[in-house]
Amino acid sequence: MAQGGWISRWPVLRQLRGENARGSAARSARTDALRPRTEDADSVARSVCPYCAVGCGQLVYVKDGRVTQIEGDPDSPISRGRLCPKGSASKQLVTHPGRQTQVLYRRPHGTEWESLDLETAMDMIADRVVRTRRETWQQEEGGKVVRRTMGIASLGGATLDNEENYLMKKLYTALGAIQVENQARI
Amino acid sequence: MAECHPVGFQWVVEAKARGAKVFHVDPRFTRTSAIADRHLPIRAGSDIVLLGALINHVLANELDFREYVTAYTNASSIVSDDFRDTEDLDGLFSGFDPDTRKYDPSSWAYAGGRQEAAAGQRSEQFEGGGRREDGAGRGQGEPEAGEQMEGGARHAEAAGADQYGSGGAETEARPLTDPTLRHPRCVYQILKRHFARYTPEMVEEVCGIPREGFTELAEAITANSGRERTTAWAYAVGWTQHTVGAQYIRTASILQLLLGNMGRPGGGILALRGHASIQGSTDIPTLFNILPGYLPMPHAHRHENLDDYLAHAGADTGFWGRKRSYMVSLLKAWWGEAATEDNDFCFGHLPRLTGDHGHYTTVMAQIDGTVKGYFVVGENPAVGSSGGRTQRLGLANLDWLVVRDLTLVETATFWKDGPELRTGETRTEDVATEVFFMPAASHVEKEGTFTNTQRLLQWRHKALDPPGDCRSELSFYYHLGKRIRARLSDDEIDRPLRELTWDYPEEGERAEPSAEAVLREINGTGPDGRALSAYTELEPDGSTRCGCWIYCGVYADEVNQAARRKPGREQSWVAPEWGWAWPANRRTLYNRASADPQGRPWSERKAYVWWDADRGEWTGHDVPDFEKDKPPDYLPPEGALAEAALAGTDPFIMQADGKGWLFAPAGLADGPLPTHYEPHESPLRNPLYGQQANPARRIYHREEAPYNPPQSPRFPYVLTTYRLTEHHTAGAMSRPLAYLAELQPELFCEVSPLLAERLGLVNGGWATIVTSRTAIEARVLVTDRVRPLRLAGRTVHQIGLPYHWGWGGGGLVTGDVANDLLPLVLDPNVYIQEGKAVTCDLRPGRRPTGRALLELIQEYRDG
Repeated sequence: MAQGGWISRWPVLRQLRGENARGSAARSARTDALRPRTEDADSVARSVCPYCAVGCGQLVYVKDGRVTQIEGDPDSPISRGRLCPKGSASKQLVTHPGRQTQVLYRRPHGTEWESLDLETAMDMIADRVVRTRRETWQQEEGGKVVRRTMGIASLGGATLDNEENYLMKKLYTALGAIQVENQARI
Repeated sequence: MAECHPVGFQWVVEAKARGAKVFHVDPRFTRTSAIADRHLPIRAGSDIVLLGALINHVLANELDFREYVTAYTNASSIVSDDFRDTEDLDGLFSGFDPDTRKYDPSSWAYAGGRQEAAAGQRSEQFEGGGRREDGAGRGQGEPEAGEQMEGGARHAEAAGADQYGSGGAETEARPLTDPTLRHPRCVYQILKRHFARYTPEMVEEVCGIPREGFTELAEAITANSGRERTTAWAYAVGWTQHTVGAQYIRTASILQLLLGNMGRPGGGILALRGHASIQGSTDIPTLFNILPGYLPMPHAHRHENLDDYLAHAGADTGFWGRKRSYMVSLLKAWWGEAATEDNDFCFGHLPRLTGDHGHYTTVMAQIDGTVKGYFVVGENPAVGSSGGRTQRLGLANLDWLVVRDLTLVETATFWKDGPELRTGETRTEDVATEVFFMPAASHVEKEGTFTNTQRLLQWRHKALDPPGDCRSELSFYYHLGKRIRARLSDDEIDRPLRELTWDYPEEGERAEPSAEAVLREINGTGPDGRALSAYTELEPDGSTRCGCWIYCGVYADEVNQAARRKPGREQSWVAPEWGWAWPANRRTLYNRASADPQGRPWSERKAYVWWDADRGEWTGHDVPDFEKDKPPDYLPPEGALAEAALAGTDPFIMQADGKGWLFAPAGLADGPLPTHYEPHESPLRNPLYGQQANPARRIYHREEAPYNPPQSPRFPYVLTTYRLTEHHTAGAMSRPLAYLAELQPELFCEVSPLLAERLGLVNGGWATIVTSRTAIEARVLVTDRVRPLRLAGRTVHQIGLPYHWGWGGGGLVTGDVANDLLPLVLDPNVYIQEGKAVTCDLRPGRRPTGRALLELIQEYRDG
């Protein structure tokens, strides 16, 4: 890349070349013993950054059932190991304390969240889909067969996987729900 | 690009280091401008004038790549003598019906040709007399209730140009032509006349780009195009979120075709998409108007059976001519053994469209009470969609709402802490919506593919299980489907669900469905049950199954090709063994155009794919986007169909005539050629034509979200929204992250020193931005990065506003919702909102709170 004169005067380079004696001043037994936390990971998964659509490669390091680091994948011909500020912060995306990990339920007119068991929530949602679909079923409109419900709609994000979008479209279409939309419209 | 696709921008920097010249056209000076050779500040909403003037420069000086243009574009095609241009009709094309506000595109056809109805025409032919709306003919504050209502009698059109699939609209494979390009009605001459008024003077007056800047750009792109060189354009939603968004891209397409920059290395028009798999969300759409692989959703009035559907779903020539194979294979993937030739392969199981069922129309239907239940999945419309108040009013009128996300996004909590509670418009107790918040698995807690901005599918391996109740969408929808299927009756309406193929292997304690099994279904299988290798293997007789024909091959040889990770440094610069690109792992589309008509590279320097006469096949650095053994001198026999109808010199194989369309004889709702119209909300009168704004644009006259009148002194400034490097969309994936929240803690607006002085704004102080929808407050950033523009003798100020903040969403930092300011007015082809060029007022100080905020807005509305 850039090969101007300024880069050769860059202190980091000068230190690396040993031109600057001050480099050794930053060294100590403690810093010598420091190891990257990626070194003792139990596993590394090859992944892809979830933010923009460039598709930078990520390496996800896991130890003791927790993500300990996410770094750029140097093998990727797209990103060559680089990540932007968001991609570099994506370990926080998956580990930050504000992540909601339990199902929450708000009853009609309710003023607070209530907790709800996952299986119960799944059943309740299925009940509502089946009921709303029946109540709003439209067999014909204007003398033409439409076989649909205008009572159920969906808006899906563009960070979902292809396989997920596929199951969504397949299920909604079989349900007759046509108001299925995505960030791609927006 | 440096701001929003920083790692992709490394390649621009590389190119620059190797001698490329980089121009940046943007209302603001950004990190991209800092690296570019030249930054050209432009008025938001005026790009067609700039691009049109570049086209005019090319045509007037005969700088087009003539051999490419005559061989590969429709420049020589002769257009019907019924066609009238905007030159003749002061900004309208022939066929416009002022009552319905729609175009009848038949006069845009090739001479003597047959034509499909244009995109916008599909519904109203059957609905008779449905009046189209256009603000030009109606004053503000005159809502006409029900006009765009879902379920009402007057649906607007169904879908846009994608109703023709991924090919172009139906037209003649061999239209009449004049290879000398002299015929007055040939496309080339029509183009010349149409763009003649797009002059450098007009660029200066409308865009605010000075003469020397335009000249430098025009000379650079023409000098850098031709046999030896190519020029690329890159864009993002700054080009699409307009009432003429599709035509922005059309204008760039015309320019690039004239300069011979399509299908060649280093060329093209690169859509920089903003989400990890937003390309995939279109390919395998959760969109109302298409099925996987850009097959149109059937329409009640056109598509009573499979044959009707195929007869109206686009061209029979070119590769789209195989659409029966694509469609039947999809139906077989979904309904398996139940789908037979005798029952039209269950085509009748598909629900039918009757009009526009897009996002904004659906929100109106929520407010009007038609929509009862709503799934919001990894999306946050309460903050992220235009007209946030309208979105929230819709949410508040549902029976039930399911929100799936990583954090408690504002869409899940609007009933508890939304802005409408603070203004007293609503109370928590009054909101009847039942809300389920279902925590989602993150990208490292599930496996699957993203499709990136270059059509590349990359498989993500799972790093660990999701915590607590968190589940993937794959798991949620699979198990929801199982539960729904367990609740079915023998009723006929349940048949599509009963017969649906829904049996994926379950893995682990949580019985997660296998994502690889789903990908394999998407890829498709043959009669022997083995994975298919290419979409050309798909059959129309029901013997093959394929969930998305353009993805056929991603599981070729029973191998997950998207998981290939051969290091970039160990393969060629095209890197064909990293992931898998659709279609057929081709990295550059239409790359037949990288060779001359005889099949030889245009130059040694730009060699990409070429014809190897000795071996009788196309070869090169990439997978040829062409039939491998079709020689350059192939001429189609009379009556040939599908790809056989295209000659060996027709590179644009999805088009009916194999040509790049400079002029679109069908397929667009707002004209065969791009035309500059002012944004719906603009401080200026259109200096090019009497027609002020796109006559076919989609308007919602709703009291929830009125418009700013055009050229209103109450709203004198241009507002444009944008992203920051450190945040992501509505903020749910960035505001809760400590590093990012610290880097960009607060909503701000960028204003020029001149405007700041005029309004008494102080850097670091507060300003209130007002539109007819609402007012929000932001910190003031006084900066030379936004410059006042001199346009036709007056100064126009622009204000830049990032949109990442909301009141909650688990954010460590919060702020007002920029999208609440935006109007609901749409491009008529694709129904994308105009969010990048609107008008506003700007006042010093914080916005009022409570009722006082409503009173302020009312004052502005009343004028």
